[in-house]
Amino acid sequence: MPDPRVQLTVDGVTHDVEVDPRTTLLDLLRERLDVTAPKKGCDHGQCGSCTVLLDGRRHLTCLALAVSYDGAEVVTAAGLDEGDELHPVQQAFLEHDGYQCGYCTPGQVCSAVGVLRELADGHPSHVTADLQQETEASDDELRERMSGNLCRCGAYVGILAAVRQAAGAQR
Amino acid sequence: MRPFEYQRADDPAHAVALLDGDPDAAYLAGGTNLVDHLKLGVATPGRLVDVRHLGLDEVEETDDGLRVGANVRNSTLAAHPLVRERWPAVARALLAGASGQLRHQATTGGNLLQRTRCVYFQDVTTPCHKREPGSGCSAIGGYERYDAVLGASESCVAVHPSDLAVALACVDAQVVVLGRDGERRVPATELHRLPGDHPERDTVLEHGELITAVELPATQAARRSTYVKVRDRASYAFALVSVAAAVELDGDTVRDVRLAWGGVAHKPWRAGRAEAALTARRLSDDGISAAVDLELVAARTTEQTAYKLPMVRGATLTALHRLQEGLQ
Repeated sequence: MPDPRVQLTVDGVTHDVEVDPRTTLLDLLRERLDVTAPKKGCDHGQCGSCTVLLDGRRHLTCLALAVSYDGAEVVTAAGLDEGDELHPVQQAFLEHDGYQCGYCTPGQVCSAVGVLRELADGHPSHVTADLQQETEASDDELRERMSGNLCRCGAYVGILAAVRQAAGAQR
Repeated sequence: MRPFEYQRADDPAHAVALLDGDPDAAYLAGGTNLVDHLKLGVATPGRLVDVRHLGLDEVEETDDGLRVGANVRNSTLAAHPLVRERWPAVARALLAGASGQLRHQATTGGNLLQRTRCVYFQDVTTPCHKREPGSGCSAIGGYERYDAVLGASESCVAVHPSDLAVALACVDAQVVVLGRDGERRVPATELHRLPGDHPERDTVLEHGELITAVELPATQAARRSTYVKVRDRASYAFALVSVAAAVELDGDTVRDVRLAWGGVAHKPWRAGRAEAALTARRLSDDGISAAVDLELVAARTTEQTAYKLPMVRGATLTALHRLQEGLQ
């Protein structure tokens, strides 16, 4: 049986490839399509460094079999900028030094963009006190929402400041 | 990862037919648990039948509640206005589970069928009756801290990890299942089973049966419901213990109460004795503690799991206090 074909749009570029069904989206991006912004950290869904925006929502690529995502649109941290203009979240990470070694940064940035969309859409979180009320982008809310992305250097203070600034800029 | 054949099902009946004739096949939905198990060698199916593309992704209001398609994402369900208003325990349980990314991927049906996080189950170098029947149990006498304190057997002490399942057991949800002979409904309280001599079977579903929906009945108690989860870190961790509680009050007197516990058993533990002891009484701390203790009479603990009993009592008190104060 021939390997199935998958069509993916990644940062605006469409790819049409045959994939062994065992290939994760992460490995397809990094090893076959030379898209190296998403990083392989734990490879078990625990660290968040492989996060991308998939059809507009933040998504782990290490726990996704590529074969199941035919037709998907993927945006990585490298595809967020508009020409010479950095995305407000990228700019905020830069200004607040939201990284040390930088390995988790592309996942953090994608997650932060997802978090801001979820806040704009009125999604509640575990720390939202009243599920009926509109949610504020408080530090507690941002910390909880970003908790799926680990940083072994511990750049969380800068990351929180960056997401807070980006949330403010969006209002 | 062992090679497998990949097949996309066209509709629910097609999916069931594909699995029915092949004991070596498994369903793939969000994949957040299964793909991990493929990597670890915990799951080694010869064929994966992808059910992500069957539709089944609508939340619909019905005459007596809500019907949630099996492919509805956890984040979508948690954010649904009607779930937040009428079944807050369900929204809270979903929001307490995993991370933002995983909640976008994980599905309603898949969440219920996720497997235990018992460390020995996930480590293929150790014996485990649940992974390989007859091989032994490494958890008993090993690292026991996460183990069951209710309903465990000599074969298995693993706990079920789903937060959603606990909330569904509390609000008397029904799980809609499609099989070779058509559709049937399984109460959420009866979907998962105690380990007994067959811990490899997590649920009462037969091979090939497909969860197509979950139905949430509208009740007064469910409107006043919540979920309290206690874990090693404040976020992104499985429950040590958890409590889903729903209560209908007449002043301070309990007209109707439902309690389900997570992290204590091989299935969500519906605390029926505690419910009976609380019904038609005024809610008080002493009364709640006594009711919890009645339910815990059957508990068996070790030195490492003894902490779970006072933790369940404390979490139940917290949940009922919250509901008494009108919080979710």
